[in-house]
Amino acid sequence: MESTILKQVQMPTEQKYKENVVIKNPIENIESPVLKIDDLSVSYGGDKYAIQNVSAGIAKNKITAIMGPSGCGKSTLLRAINRMHELYPNTHNKGGVYLGDENIYELNPIQLRRKIGMVFQRPNPFPTMSIYDNVIAGFNLNGIKLKRSEKDEIVEKSLREVALWDEVKDALHNRGTFLSGGQQQRLCIARALAYTPDIILLDEPTSALDPIATSKIEDLLVKLKKDFTIVLVTHNMSQAARISDYSMFMYLGELVEYGKTKQMFTTPKDKRTEEYLTGKFG
Amino acid sequence: MNISTEISDRKMKQRLLKDKIFTNAMIFLAFLSGVPLFLILYQLAIKGYRQLNISFFFEEAPDTMEAMVAVANNEIIPGGIANGIVGTLIIVGLASLIAIPVGIICGTYLAENAEGKFAGLVRFIVDMLQGVPSIVLGVIGYIWIVKPVTNGFSALAGSVALSIMMLPSIVRSTEETLKMIPGTLKEAALSLGVPYHKVILKVILPTGISGILTGVILGISRIAGETAPLMLTALGSTVVNTNITEPSSAVPLLVWEFYNDPNLVNMIWSASLFLLLLILGLNLSAKAIAKKWKVQY
Ligand SMILES: Nc1ncnc2c1ncn2[C@@H]1O[C@H](COP(=O)(O)OP(=O)(O)OP(=O)(O)O)[C@@H](O)[C@H]1O
Ligand SMILES: [Mg+2]
Repeated sequence: MESTILKQVQMPTEQKYKENVVIKNPIENIESPVLKIDDLSVSYGGDKYAIQNVSAGIAKNKITAIMGPSGCGKSTLLRAINRMHELYPNTHNKGGVYLGDENIYELNPIQLRRKIGMVFQRPNPFPTMSIYDNVIAGFNLNGIKLKRSEKDEIVEKSLREVALWDEVKDALHNRGTFLSGGQQQRLCIARALAYTPDIILLDEPTSALDPIATSKIEDLLVKLKKDFTIVLVTHNMSQAARISDYSMFMYLGELVEYGKTKQMFTTPKDKRTEEYLTGKFG
Repeated sequence: MNISTEISDRKMKQRLLKDKIFTNAMIFLAFLSGVPLFLILYQLAIKGYRQLNISFFFEEAPDTMEAMVAVANNEIIPGGIANGIVGTLIIVGLASLIAIPVGIICGTYLAENAEGKFAGLVRFIVDMLQGVPSIVLGVIGYIWIVKPVTNGFSALAGSVALSIMMLPSIVRSTEETLKMIPGTLKEAALSLGVPYHKVILKVILPTGISGILTGVILGISRIAGETAPLMLTALGSTVVNTNITEPSSAVPLLVWEFYNDPNLVNMIWSASLFLLLLILGLNLSAKAIAKKWKVQY
């Protein structure tokens, strides 16, 4: 897998690079972004920033991949988009993130997270709940009352969207944890979709899965972008190349390069991007 | 070639023999450690079964004269331990009512703030509490409740003493259980916009329910047989008493009273048998719950 990608990434060796190009305001690169990250810096405490001065627009109904070596701040950036990084007590940030015209840091978390859903690296269905209750958990746990028929409808629609309905429709009231890893992850995506968010954030959603389950999820994401905007952190370059429309390359907390995936994989502008894509580090 | 395999064959046999001896020794020793329990049960059953009739559960403890007459006529002693059973239920129930919420909240706090300084202090204190001799807890119950609150010996004072006693087991089992729950579960709930207190109440605690309940039941079984703290607090009562501000009996207190009354000595066995079966039952149900309600994540 990796090697075919590397072949795609054959680089004209004579091309020269400016050292440390900082791309100012790549927001301009994206037409009518649904989400604008504006000069965002995030710290977990003190004056050390895990990501620094990141600016980027996220394109509507596209898949945007965030790549970069371990520890470069991918998860931090992703979590800052729905404020999950605030789980850690001493975080603070500079800059902002705008969903439409709203500053997400001025929304309350329920409002925000109904609009921006999240899926994690390890499938994490609620172990005490049935498949059905897992899908509807966002409503139940927040005390949002729905009629039985509304719930049924949401559950079926969400499970169909993640192509899990046919596999589980006869076992809706069994525990979600009895499913396979790939099924669990699709269940977790369904749980996020049930809220009908505008954006779905996924942090390495396939890194704990086998290749077959992975490719199912990839197919799914490509289908889902019709209705949702998807931001995906991935360690897997071939995955980014296969399914993403736009790619970010991060390095040491900085957004080094951001653009159309095709273009980044064929003619990266920054030397560090090229080195990463050709496997020189990371 | 042949010789060497023969030698190793012999060595092999030796090794197998050693293995066998070792395994059998283990089985024997394991068996041995189970013997006392069976001896105790046997002893109590033999001597106590005659007293175990309906009135044993529904009548109050006999007075010494009645008992003397019955023993002289070689009859079973009339009456039962209803005052002790009711007292134990009330005292232990009330102690649980105090200790369970406090213990679970405290354990949750410790699990959620594993690194915190204050949590470290609380954890240390809870550990120390576990080592406090039960008679000292009786003294505490006396000083805190008997004197200032109920103005005399009372079930309430006994409950307070016993609630302190069962607290550490609940706190630690809650903490240990919750620590095992992967943080990704909390993230899942938070990512749905669920406020923190609901994440704890509706996701984390239900996920840890089997471990927490096990700790609670073991805590109950630990205090159900306690005598010393009750001597200084509940004191004892010859009649069934449901008023928690009045002195109350309890099964272990009755055993002690029977021991002190030559005419009632025969009641010791049946009362002890009852207490032991109660506690064994609690322990077994703790095991069953740990297994049956285990949440797989
Ligand atoms: N809870 C935290 N407290 C303090 N520092 C943190 C915390 N989480 C992450 N960091 C630091 O922030 C930086 C970025 O971490 P982040 O998890 O965003 O990287 P990542 O790109 O997602 O890495 P990986 O590919 O390994 O998941 C790292 O230097 C990391 O040490
Ligand atoms: Mg990460």
